[in-house]
Amino acid sequence: MADYAHPEVLVGTDWVAAHAKDPNVRVVEVDVDTKAFDEGHVPGALAWAWNTQLCDTLRRDILSRQQFEELMSASGVQPDTTLVIYGDNNNWFAAWALWQAKIYGHKDVRLMNGGRKKWLSEGRELSHEVAAVERTRYQAKPPDLSLRALLPQVEEASAKRTAALVDVRSPQEFTGEILAPPGLPETCQRGGHIPGARSIPWGKACNDDGTFKSVADLRQLYAAEGVDGSKPVIAYCRIGERSSHSWFVLKYLLGFDKVTNYDGSWTEWGNLVGVPVERGAAATAAQT
Amino acid sequence: MMKVEEFQEIRLEIAGWPVNLTIYRLGNEWHAKADNVSPGAALCRATGATREEAEQAVLRRAQELLSRTRRRAI
Repeated sequence: MADYAHPEVLVGTDWVAAHAKDPNVRVVEVDVDTKAFDEGHVPGALAWAWNTQLCDTLRRDILSRQQFEELMSASGVQPDTTLVIYGDNNNWFAAWALWQAKIYGHKDVRLMNGGRKKWLSEGRELSHEVAAVERTRYQAKPPDLSLRALLPQVEEASAKRTAALVDVRSPQEFTGEILAPPGLPETCQRGGHIPGARSIPWGKACNDDGTFKSVADLRQLYAAEGVDGSKPVIAYCRIGERSSHSWFVLKYLLGFDKVTNYDGSWTEWGNLVGVPVERGAAATAAQT
Repeated sequence: MMKVEEFQEIRLEIAGWPVNLTIYRLGNEWHAKADNVSPGAALCRATGATREEAEQAVLRRAQELLSRTRRRAI
């Protein structure tokens, strides 16, 4: 991990096994819901559900500052707590949580490299107990919205090529062959991708065991599609969680300066009235 | 506190889609999970008293879900 631009944002499963119950460490499993957590989890971990605790449930949005403070307070987190997040799907939803923690200025937040899958495959202990925590009065910082892309920025990036648009969905979603990952509900009116986007599926950043690839491999992966950090990057997927994962790679493992996550993603763009989409494979990087 | 035992991942195809099946035992209970291979989203989970019970339950549900996915002409 030492070669990554910011190795401090990543910990291995050995580190978690040794430190999960340290007083200043809070480990949280994050998934779309808590079903996996309920089957058994890292001893000492808490659970956050993406669909109810990491999104505003009344408007489509990330948590407000007040909601984020409530989540942290209820989880016994202090501003100086080392927050270690992991989850299923190679940390998709964990990366979403980390992204919001960074937006609200939490100083020390890390992903467990390889996520739940690696913990299970290593035959480590699982617990059914939910850790008791003492409530805190967490105060978040004002949101750093330089980490987030909203629709106007994406429209400009698409029209003027002011930023590299990275579509991290599967190749079939990118071309428009399918409207959602196989087996999941279709949540958009049209298939395809944002004009000008490059297809770099999130999974290409990972090894078979779920851990992140080396810096050299990651640099080569993105450079092959013309994404080298020389201009801002906007990552997107369907609902913004896979793109949080790629945002993490680009921002902290490769150290690109201006990287944003477009959490509106395809469920916003693919449902908009009066905006174009592209279908089929992308042009080569040299043509854009 | 229990440890994951007999962890195994199997690649197979259901309704024309590649699927990754994860199976493991936790104490006396077997757990099975199906993910689509691309992009890697969790489809469903099941538990059972035997490996076969958990595996068959998750495969049935995965079949239901994946058979609904429509391919479109590009």
